[in-house]
Amino acid sequence: MALLQISEPGEATAPHQHRLAVGIDLGTTNSLVATVKSGEALTLADEDGQHLLPSVVQYQKDNIVVGLEAKKVEATDPHNTISSVKRFMGRGFSDIKTESHGYEIIETKSVPRIRTIAGDVSAVEVSSQILANLKTRAEESLGGELQGAVITVPAYFDDAQRQATKDAAKLAGLKVLRLLNEPTAAAVAYGLDTGSEGVHAIYDLGGGTFDISILRLNKGVFEVLATAGDSALGGDDMDRAIAMWMAEQAGISLNDAYLSRRMMDEARRAKEALTDADSVELMVNLSDSKTWQATLDKQQFNQLIDGLIKKTLLPCKRALRDAGVTIEEVNDVVMVGGSTRVPRVREKVAEFFAKPPLVDIDPDKVVAVGAAIQADALVGNKPDDDMLLLDVNPLSLGIETMGGLVEKVIPRNTTIPVARAQEFTTFKDGQTAMAVHVLQGERELVDDCRSLARFELRDIPPMVAGAARIMVTFQVDADGLLEVTAKEQTSGAEASVQVKPSYGLEDNEIERMLRENVEHAKEDVDARKLREQQVEADRVLEAINAALTEDADALLSGEERATIEASLKALQQARENESAAKIKYAIELADKATADFAAMRMDASINKALSGHTLDEFK
Amino acid sequence: MMDRNYFELFSLPVSFEIDISALSERYQDLQRSFHPDRFTNATDRERRLSMQQASMINEAYQTLKDPLKRSQYLLSLKDIDVSSESNTVMDTTFLMQQMELREALDDIMVASEPLLALEKFTSDIEAQIKELIVKLQSYFSDNTDDSLSQAAALSLQLQFLYRLREEAEDREEALL
Repeated sequence: MALLQISEPGEATAPHQHRLAVGIDLGTTNSLVATVKSGEALTLADEDGQHLLPSVVQYQKDNIVVGLEAKKVEATDPHNTISSVKRFMGRGFSDIKTESHGYEIIETKSVPRIRTIAGDVSAVEVSSQILANLKTRAEESLGGELQGAVITVPAYFDDAQRQATKDAAKLAGLKVLRLLNEPTAAAVAYGLDTGSEGVHAIYDLGGGTFDISILRLNKGVFEVLATAGDSALGGDDMDRAIAMWMAEQAGISLNDAYLSRRMMDEARRAKEALTDADSVELMVNLSDSKTWQATLDKQQFNQLIDGLIKKTLLPCKRALRDAGVTIEEVNDVVMVGGSTRVPRVREKVAEFFAKPPLVDIDPDKVVAVGAAIQADALVGNKPDDDMLLLDVNPLSLGIETMGGLVEKVIPRNTTIPVARAQEFTTFKDGQTAMAVHVLQGERELVDDCRSLARFELRDIPPMVAGAARIMVTFQVDADGLLEVTAKEQTSGAEASVQVKPSYGLEDNEIERMLRENVEHAKEDVDARKLREQQVEADRVLEAINAALTEDADALLSGEERATIEASLKALQQARENESAAKIKYAIELADKATADFAAMRMDASINKALSGHTLDEFK
Repeated sequence: MMDRNYFELFSLPVSFEIDISALSERYQDLQRSFHPDRFTNATDRERRLSMQQASMINEAYQTLKDPLKRSQYLLSLKDIDVSSESNTVMDTTFLMQQMELREALDDIMVASEPLLALEKFTSDIEAQIKELIVKLQSYFSDNTDDSLSQAAALSLQLQFLYRLREEAEDREEALL
């Protein structure tokens, strides 16, 4: 049996080895993985030296192809080759059935699925293929197992979209250290690079999403003041605008999936060419015998996309207002996302903010680099680092009240984490249950907001209408994910949900997909579970040992300390014991045994923070 | 930490007048110690505790930063109820003014240059808000029973103006 090692109090714990952690930019069009190596953040290339992984997945009968090879067959195999899947994340059937894409969408009890030759797949599964590909790339390149990843999401992603992203990571076998908002990630990369303090506007126009964040950088603290955006607006829409113009010019409809793909490809090529050229020749094969040709000049192109660009400026205005910042107070504007390469976008943004935007960092890579810096700090590779990111929730969160109205509990642009409680009461005499319907959005009517979850509080003691006191608490964590609890104050009846999005996956679904995925990779699912629990056990052991080293002498009696050490010994034994379930149980026991100690430590550090005195004085 | 008042939390005197830069400096210091990002390698329980503390610190900061919320909070510390239900005796001139302003807002929407008119409207409201805040300051510093109940009435008026400003902003967005 291995004896627990406990270092001398006051002595620093052994310098731990560099932990492998990555930042992943899971983009609509392209995805990237980056890490911090010898103090420098850089993106990782695949075997062929490519950094960008096209976010395209082709499902073959017995094989799944991800990236460039999949992208190459998009036009010839449009039904089985899924691109821009980020647009479907956390979305319901009715949200995506009308969008123009070539896929056959299947409605199911939970999330909608895309029909492919290899079966029906959800957006979460498709995304997990992209993440798994990047995970493998990183582990091969870094030569070891990843401790975790920071995955970026558009700041304007709602709860369902965030949860879906987290599920995809879980499915890919990645431990999510944090979901980080893309503009905040960009600010980290940019801010640490230039060291410029003050107010920054991050204008992030990607392939399918638009974000604007206003943040203040002060001594390593990135405080997001406000964010706004559109989670379904991006470069794809420019391509679509061009393709529709082409179809109109050619006098054809875009109903055919193959032709539609060819048109979209040509549109994208034209858009990219017009970054430097003043006009571009278009050519599309309409059928085997017919081709269509035309010229698209910059003026016409600008006209096609001006409406889309204008749609990004309204959120800019709203974000400034919510931040309480005027245009003059913005020190600089940073451009992020591939679509900010379009000259017209730069022109209009410069006009709006009355200053030329900064474009000096590669807009494709800056998000992944920022995420890598955050990941490196979170796994503890830079213990003395002062960097701190304070983000906000992008959309208001509320609850349905009488008459289909939404009562806002947490308004948009509130700094997270945040907890708010609000009291509600019963409507009828003798009412014993209450339906809690959680919504996200800015509008007053339930029908105009996104439904996040519904649950019921039961066993309310019968009282006259209006007498019950039901406290509903919303807690948003640092990932922007919501948990709702309802409690009847007089009886103590309680119900809570970790908000499972209305369009989310059930836990058993994830479990099943995990199994299927793993089978696909010819890996043993139990081995993987065991490994996960072992890693978790090591983490818990390290955390508790470090806590004991720091504070046991000051805070614990000999008896209390012995109880905790016994639970650690049990956990250490279980860890060697090759059973995931036993390790999990031992972790729970250790957690219980250290509950009081954790609370004492927190109190002690609060006192310390408030008084500026040292912990020794609280002995 | 839960039983400390927000001013103590930020080591600031209990007062309506506030040193905003000291507040935000102290806020960042506290978050540096308690934000969940500082607890990624801790046990689940410690992470949960840190989330609760960080939430509380955020709430306290938002409360003290905003003049209306700060005023409401100060009054609640002094056990003075500022909810509109209990404060039925509103200044009638103020109420009349509010009704007129609301009508003006409706008229703006059908005016020939609604955006320009809205801008003027909003800046008028802003000026009124500033004026009220100055008055609040003096009532709070007098700190008598009478001046505090005046402060409560002004808080309520301030709340009206905040709502009106919000409404004007919503309308502006609808026009854009």
